[in-house]
Amino acid sequence: MSFVSVTDVWQRYGARSIIERVNLEVAEGEFVSIVGASGCGKSTFLRLLLADETPSRGEIRIDGGAPAREPGRERGVVFQKYSVFPHMTVRDNIVAAESFSRGLGRFFGAKLRAARARADETLERIGLAHVAGNYPATLSGGMQQRLAIGQALTARPRILLLDEPFGALDPGTRIAMHDFLTELQADTQMTVFMVTHDLSEGFKLGDRVLVFDKPRWDPHAPEAFGATITYDFDARDEGVPFQHILDEYPRLAAH
Amino acid sequence: MRLINRRPARPMAVFLAALPFVAVGVAYWIGSEIRLSANPADKLLPAPETIVATAKQLFTEGDRRSGQILLWADTLASLRRLFLGVGLAAALATTIGVLIGMLPYVRRTLSDFVAVLSMVPPLALLPILFIVFGLGETSKVVLIVVGITPFIIRDLSQRVLDIPHEEIVKAQTLGASTGVIALRVVLPKIIPRLIQSVRLSLGAAWLFLIAAEAVAAESGLGYRIFLVRRYLAMDIILTYVIWITLLAFLIDWALKAASRAAFPWLEESL
Repeated sequence: MSFVSVTDVWQRYGARSIIERVNLEVAEGEFVSIVGASGCGKSTFLRLLLADETPSRGEIRIDGGAPAREPGRERGVVFQKYSVFPHMTVRDNIVAAESFSRGLGRFFGAKLRAARARADETLERIGLAHVAGNYPATLSGGMQQRLAIGQALTARPRILLLDEPFGALDPGTRIAMHDFLTELQADTQMTVFMVTHDLSEGFKLGDRVLVFDKPRWDPHAPEAFGATITYDFDARDEGVPFQHILDEYPRLAAH
Repeated sequence: MRLINRRPARPMAVFLAALPFVAVGVAYWIGSEIRLSANPADKLLPAPETIVATAKQLFTEGDRRSGQILLWADTLASLRRLFLGVGLAAALATTIGVLIGMLPYVRRTLSDFVAVLSMVPPLALLPILFIVFGLGETSKVVLIVVGITPFIIRDLSQRVLDIPHEEIVKAQTLGASTGVIALRVVLPKIIPRLIQSVRLSLGAAWLFLIAAEAVAAESGLGYRIFLVRRYLAMDIILTYVIWITLLAFLIDWALKAASRAAFPWLEESL
């Protein structure tokens, strides 16, 4: 049942504990929002999920596979910035998602034409077809992030990790991006982890909202203890659980 | 209005840009005039007319003995050495710089070594190069390579390290191997910087070239200058100096134009 399982994960740099005792089971297709104060380790946790860092203790498995030691195609990622390649056109950025795993990182001839055609379809779907030949620097922040998400999904990862993906966008664009992401997730049934500063964004998009905080605190050694998941909210149905429970279990209704 | 907010308009800007050139020219002309009026045979500051006449002769008339136009032969010989040296240095520095920037094992091994190496004054090595490689072309090319490679390596490896970690991680999540990351992410981002780095080190490259030619050569711009120095032929020396400056300027300009044409994404991200 559980797709991503995090078992007793700790991360410390030297004497500094960042996160401790994190246990988590996530089902396939769930959208998990991760919130918390600055410096509470939520980005560290995302890097651990990404396998960009290895935990000092514990392990993270996807679909029962071996714990990863470096980032790979299983895990897609979109950062707040620098998520697309500035030296490639928008179309080539999408093609790269397919070609980078090849020997030379390039397609040639017929394969290249086919990949470009597929990339154009993807761009059509994410609404960037009109800028296919442009370089990312000419795109607005929202369009760049849409490209980054499209690129990450083109590589067909098992899970998608988003590190404050809309943090640098203006409020209007941000709401448009929420709809975009919700639609994509409904289409692909992707398992998503999203770190965000914005509580309402977390609740709006997520099926679950995890809060990271430090449960133990030593005022003489503020770095001695790390953060962990202190709340795990059910964010479906606008964050109000049990309001549809009668639909599921009609027997509970009072007679 | 504050001085920092005053900007020259177009005609004024052109005038200001031309001013130092004109000033130097006039100062030279006055100096030459004063010396020549005291002693018409003075060789130290030849009159501008003399320089122009000499230059015309140098560019068009062949040597009396061989019939070869020496200035063009010198230019060809020098540019060959320069391009060979700078080209080799660029290729070597890109390879090592990218390896140092990308691979922690190579970085641990080489980065301190290169830092120390770049402190060795290349001209002090010139005698060794002459002894090891002989007095021919090799030693001159090697001097240029030895002189500018460490600088370019340090610059490029730092640039590779400056590539946002996010981009490298992103490439990995798309399944890229180390080689693919080098070919498709690091190299394309580093080449424009390489051109800039080469532009910055061209001055040093010319210095090493002329120094090597001055010590031992049979042709070349530096060789000629140091040869005619014996006859105090200031008109020839000045012509050569102006010619070298012009060549250096043209090469720099060509590299800048090439970089602009080849990397449109860089322009757009500025």
